[in-house]
Amino acid sequence: MGTGLISTLIVVIVLIIVVQIAKITEFSAMLKGEGNAERESNQINGFLLLITMVVGLPLLIWSAWVFRDIFLPEAASEHGPKIDSMFNWTTFWTGIVFVITQILLFWYSFRYKNKRKDQRAYWFPHSTKLEVIWTVVPSIVLTILVVMGINRWYEITGPAPEDAIIIEVTGKQFDWMIRYPGKDGKLGSKDFRKITPSNQLGQIWSDKANHDDIIVNELHLPLNKPVLIKIHARDVLHSFFLPHFRVKMDAVPGMPTQFWFTPTKTTATMREITGNEEFNYELACAELCGKGHFSMRKLVFVDTEEEYNEWLAKQPSFYESSIKGTDEEKKQMADSYEFEEEKSDLAQSIN
Amino acid sequence: MNQQVDQDHAVQVDHHHDDHHDDHHEHHEQNFIEKYVFSQDHKTIAKQFLITGIFWGVVGGLMSVLFRMQLGFPGESFPILETVLGKWAPGGVISPDFYLALVTMHGTILVFFVLTAGLSGTFANLLIPLQVGARDMASPFLNMLSYWFFFLAGLIMLASLFVETGPANGGWTAYPPLNALPQATIGSGLGMTLWLTSMAVFIISTLLGGLNYVATILNMRTKGLTMTRLPLTIWAIFLTAIIGILSFPVLLSAALLLIFDRSLGTSFYLSEIYIAGEALVNQTGGSAILFQHLFWFLGHPEVYIIILPAMGLVSEVMSVHARKPIFGYMAMVGSILAIAVLSFVVWAHHMFVTGMNPFIGSIFVVVTLIIAVPSAIKVFNWITTLWRGNLRLNAPMLFSIGFVSLFISGGLTGIFLGNSTIDIQLHDTYFVVAHFHIVMGISAFFGMFAGVYHWFPKMFGRFMNNTLGNIHFFTTIIGAYLIFWPMHYIGMAGVPRRYYSYEAFEAFNKFGDISLFVTTVAGIVFIVQMIFIINFFYSIFYGKKVTEKNPWQANTLEWTTPINPGHGNWPGEIPEVHRWPYDYSKPGAAEDFIPQTVPLKAGEKDLGH
Repeated sequence: MGTGLISTLIVVIVLIIVVQIAKITEFSAMLKGEGNAERESNQINGFLLLITMVVGLPLLIWSAWVFRDIFLPEAASEHGPKIDSMFNWTTFWTGIVFVITQILLFWYSFRYKNKRKDQRAYWFPHSTKLEVIWTVVPSIVLTILVVMGINRWYEITGPAPEDAIIIEVTGKQFDWMIRYPGKDGKLGSKDFRKITPSNQLGQIWSDKANHDDIIVNELHLPLNKPVLIKIHARDVLHSFFLPHFRVKMDAVPGMPTQFWFTPTKTTATMREITGNEEFNYELACAELCGKGHFSMRKLVFVDTEEEYNEWLAKQPSFYESSIKGTDEEKKQMADSYEFEEEKSDLAQSIN
Repeated sequence: MNQQVDQDHAVQVDHHHDDHHDDHHEHHEQNFIEKYVFSQDHKTIAKQFLITGIFWGVVGGLMSVLFRMQLGFPGESFPILETVLGKWAPGGVISPDFYLALVTMHGTILVFFVLTAGLSGTFANLLIPLQVGARDMASPFLNMLSYWFFFLAGLIMLASLFVETGPANGGWTAYPPLNALPQATIGSGLGMTLWLTSMAVFIISTLLGGLNYVATILNMRTKGLTMTRLPLTIWAIFLTAIIGILSFPVLLSAALLLIFDRSLGTSFYLSEIYIAGEALVNQTGGSAILFQHLFWFLGHPEVYIIILPAMGLVSEVMSVHARKPIFGYMAMVGSILAIAVLSFVVWAHHMFVTGMNPFIGSIFVVVTLIIAVPSAIKVFNWITTLWRGNLRLNAPMLFSIGFVSLFISGGLTGIFLGNSTIDIQLHDTYFVVAHFHIVMGISAFFGMFAGVYHWFPKMFGRFMNNTLGNIHFFTTIIGAYLIFWPMHYIGMAGVPRRYYSYEAFEAFNKFGDISLFVTTVAGIVFIVQMIFIINFFYSIFYGKKVTEKNPWQANTLEWTTPINPGHGNWPGEIPEVHRWPYDYSKPGAAEDFIPQTVPLKAGEKDLGH
């Protein structure tokens, strides 16, 4: 409380001083005569504007240099460098515009301030030539950026290669559930009505494709193989975000989405590049999903193909290890049996 | 300026100590309630909007300081927070739920209550009748209702801060299912119901105001005031009102459907949801993405609803204080028109990574980047307006210059985000936060400050202190850059927005220093705004008195009214307009300004066509 009181007091004192300064300046302006006081204040403000620009602009550019390592972390997917080069091209063009316009804005403000009583502005209401120039030039630059951007966008969002490895990721409050299709290469069907504490995805056990599906706690990806992520959400919106792979796609309940990409750097390679022995790729949630939004973290590993296959072979099927013969399976079978029975009863009564 | 001081001067009333009512056009004496509370005078309503807006600005700003404390000092205990916030800050640390509530309320309040109502409401009400030469709005009564609906919306929102389950905390965009299901987040209970109710009431206010603005501008312009002789302020406000009328009803429908989903068991936005141990088997077949389309159909035009009036104010203020016509008046009008039209067809650039068809995404890339062209034209025109001007670098002018600087900085980062390829990485990161705060948050505030410093003499018959204005300007613009510039960097690193804490992620937890720096500057800038507030209220009562009708030597009609205009604005006839509003430093004229009421000389060309 003591520090609170003191800081409040300081704030109040500072504000009182500020008001007193204001009063004094007003009084001195009266003594000097309005016009003179205004021109004097123009001088000061013009100078301060110039200083703001002359110090500020290099400072901003210098800060970009200092922090260049944290910009766009090392890209680890095939399409990552495409996004990064698009970013760099945009930085290049907008950077030129930024520097020129800010310099002109502040320089003109400094240069053309009122200094003398008899000063007059130059009558220059419009110029068709100038206006055409600065309509056409930005249009051309933007057209270049649009064409470059859309080409890359189509490449990135185009259909996944036939041989892409399919992995399903489902967001829930506040975790990700990761499922691999198993040996058959097919993800078993699921239904949100079948979700139970032991069957978090609502897999339908009568579908044989579910029997070899693997549920794991870490996302493993093979190097240089296209991966197609099927993205689902169970409760609210989430967003599947892999910053190093330049991958982001919302997870929407009732509307599966997807994103395919090819990892190009193993976890081991990234550890070398970053010089960080403990480096790990991470999966994060990028769409506000409630109070635990900030904690939806999963580790991601990129393995060589052999490592990946070895790892995958070691993972047990979820059905075999946790479901087969349990109450969960029996109950789901019984429920669907009842449902089938009801349906046939209904069909009979209609007939 | 000698001609400005006329007999009228003798009867000006000091607004705040008036003991004799001498409005020339009043049929009866107004009592206190009619004059200051349920007033139908557009000037009083403007002040009501402004002061309510300032109140909400302080509340919304304070909220940002609170959540910045969590970000700057993650997990650190501030016992005072527990004293003030109680269960929302156990042990003096803001809880994750309340952190999100603060973020949500900060966004809602700043976007709707401060930068829509506080900015548009104030200057549309003040300037439309005064600059088009009308005695009041087309419907003063609806105009009064517009304010009081806004006031009611504010009361409801304020009440939501004090309910047991807390205010809405699912983001100002209110995306379902998070904001449709009370079991999804604590704020999605009564807090969200109140949020939606408040928004519905607010939309009524906006529509009543907007219809009035359009009707007044179209029908009540004084003799000679053609559309191309309108000041750019009025053009900007006119198109803003039209955008609002066309887009706010869509938000209302989005909100209504959300209300139905929440309370009537419908499923416009819900499908295949399993939450809190229960499958919502009866609420399927909807689309959560539908809400986003409806929301952003308003949401994107909304950012232009915020920024266009600021652009209008800046164009006018800049021209007056540069003593130079605004460069390219017709191009300025054309670019406002282009922005207004395009603002309706760019909404899905907020949705590139929602699973929307990539082809549709590419269409929105094209349209979004096209909107950069009229914006660029405006910037070049403002800069050219300064070129070889005769600049008075007073507070309103400084804020106008600052507006252009911020609009450039924030506008350019829009070119990154509007490009869907780059947006894959930057979407929902701090880069977005930096972008929109600079381009439509801070720069709209700068437009508003420019307007307040410039038209304060018209509102209250006194000046605000210019030195305090200068201090306010320099600290705020430097502070704004120091707060938001570093956010671009952490956004590029991929740090997502709306995170309570970044500790868990190796990729995001390295930026504690930047976060602390941003929090510190944000606190300082917030305190600096108190200089403005003190200056504002102090000057209402004790500011330097305005002694001539036209203290800025401006051309527009509001400066032909008495210093403290009564209800009806002009004591006699409404003046006739003979020229465009930007005849500053015209060659051959004796003074460096020619008011719109001065007839054209023989052979003189009017630039207003």
